[in-house]
Amino acid sequence: MTWTNEEIAALVEPDRAHRKAYIDSDLFDLEMERIFESAWVYVGHESQVKNPGDYYLARIGRQPMMMTRDHNGEIHILYNRCPHRGAQLCSARSGNAGRRIRCSYHAWMFNMDGSLDNIPAIDGYDGTALTIDGEDFQVQKAQRAANYRGFWFASLAEDGISLEEHLGKARTGFDQLIDRAPGGETEVVGECFHMVQHSNWKIFLENQLDASHPGATHESTGVAAMTIERDMRKAGDEPPMSYGFLSDFARLGIDGWGKFGTVGHPHGHCTLEGYMGLRPDDPDTNEYVKCMYDAYGEERAEEILGVNLHHSLIYPCMSIQPPLQQLRTIRPISTDRTMSEIWHFRLKDAPEAIYQRALGYYYLVNSPSTMVNADDLFNWWKVQHGLESQGGDWVSFHRNAGFDVIDGPLRKSPDGSMSEMPMRHMMHVWRDYMTANGKGA
Amino acid sequence: MGEAAEKLAASDPLKMAEVSVETQLAVERFLHRQAEILDEKQWEEWLALFTPDGHYWMPAREDQTDGEGVPNIFWENLDMMEMRIRRNNHPQAHSQAPNNRLCHVVSNVIIEDEAANGDIIVRSRFHCAEYLRYDVRNFTGKYRHVLKKTDDGYRIQLQRADLVNREGPFEYVLQWWL
Repeated sequence: MTWTNEEIAALVEPDRAHRKAYIDSDLFDLEMERIFESAWVYVGHESQVKNPGDYYLARIGRQPMMMTRDHNGEIHILYNRCPHRGAQLCSARSGNAGRRIRCSYHAWMFNMDGSLDNIPAIDGYDGTALTIDGEDFQVQKAQRAANYRGFWFASLAEDGISLEEHLGKARTGFDQLIDRAPGGETEVVGECFHMVQHSNWKIFLENQLDASHPGATHESTGVAAMTIERDMRKAGDEPPMSYGFLSDFARLGIDGWGKFGTVGHPHGHCTLEGYMGLRPDDPDTNEYVKCMYDAYGEERAEEILGVNLHHSLIYPCMSIQPPLQQLRTIRPISTDRTMSEIWHFRLKDAPEAIYQRALGYYYLVNSPSTMVNADDLFNWWKVQHGLESQGGDWVSFHRNAGFDVIDGPLRKSPDGSMSEMPMRHMMHVWRDYMTANGKGA
Repeated sequence: MGEAAEKLAASDPLKMAEVSVETQLAVERFLHRQAEILDEKQWEEWLALFTPDGHYWMPAREDQTDGEGVPNIFWENLDMMEMRIRRNNHPQAHSQAPNNRLCHVVSNVIIEDEAANGDIIVRSRFHCAEYLRYDVRNFTGKYRHVLKKTDDGYRIQLQRADLVNREGPFEYVLQWWL
């Protein structure tokens, strides 16, 4: 069906959302057009294309894009499409193209910035409308590309607010991921994991700051980890600190997650205050803190380490957990398929043990064999199925509805609550994007 | 780097050792039995297949030589394996209700190395179908096992499982070892 703005707006009420927002394929196409192919969407970190000639493929909305690094070290975001007959230019997920990208079909040669370098037997074009520098014969660039401290985004809309304005205070997530490195730099480790969620992209975002789900969804893993920790201690062994990421689920129970505040930011971003004992008093952490003091001086180091942030959700496409050095970005495929890229980072000059702690989380929570996200993915799949049914039209976001604390441009959950504010907040921003006629939210 | 990972990294993955028919048979029987234990979910027997320092390893990349300290799809010692068994069998393990079913075929068994003390490095190919949520997924790959010979038969010091599609994308999560 064709959706009018009035009909779309009616899908979002103050405390609930209509199921059609999650299952209607025409709405999905509008989401791609009005959100993912218009707003700033995360492409990748600069360390994914470390060397000149490197490329990395990424999908923005329905568009196949690639991030490249040219031989002057500059990064570009291009459409992965040959201007000749339309062939995809780079087909591996990532790689190095050498001096130039060569189209496999007719060997047109392009520089890493997308400009046409040469065509075999070019005299065949003499007297035609093709010129080597003609706009139609260059690989097209993303309408806008920008980075925030090495994290690259693209917007496929000509006009709109700047990336910095879009990120607003939610940019702290990126700052933390960089500033927590004594060497002031961060980089991806290896390839990311790719997981396909059999659910709508919004369900992923809603889950991230859903305080009332961990104790229920992840109980089995929490209990198992706690049992192993206990058995190891009984045998005189100290369990790895990373097991605590899992046993926390049992320790906190179903209703113990209200002490972690959530904040809604302009443009749909949300943040969650830390909970995982992120600055424990153990030798590894203490050595790391000393590295931070040496690098930044005590005052600045304490300022960085004192930021209480577990999770930053950058609407509409990603979730970052700076203290755990994790980043997930989503690429919607259809109403009920969402590809996720799961990355983890190494902090320059941090002790190896700090990286190993992040790797422990990456393995236990985010890997293809995770005992944590396994149950999340399963629940999201079940939600998708339920929403496809006629057994009810509405998704309830009533927990603490009407009790948000407004603080300037920020919307905060009331103290001690497990408020569904983040879901309400994101759906309201969704409505604004969807009805703004391409002007963004 | 652990002892077994070091041995595996030093071993030529294309080499074929000259071994007796008895050794070949004993190793094949061990691999078949291990696959059956997985398919039948005999978890106590599964744990008993490993040496105390044993690991189950599914690398994220082909060029990895060690599982320790780097990203993996699986890298589990006995504590982690026991945790996984407890978790997957917990009544609130939602994604394992109903529990999946696995069916392995292990073949192309080539003994790479037989040490003087009887320790073995062996490679093989596996195919495994998983039935979960009314859907069948297929996994195929290569095993390389580092086996210790004990008075009580072989024990796994390291099992490396390289999926042909290790880069993914993965649909759902791999919850049991393949």
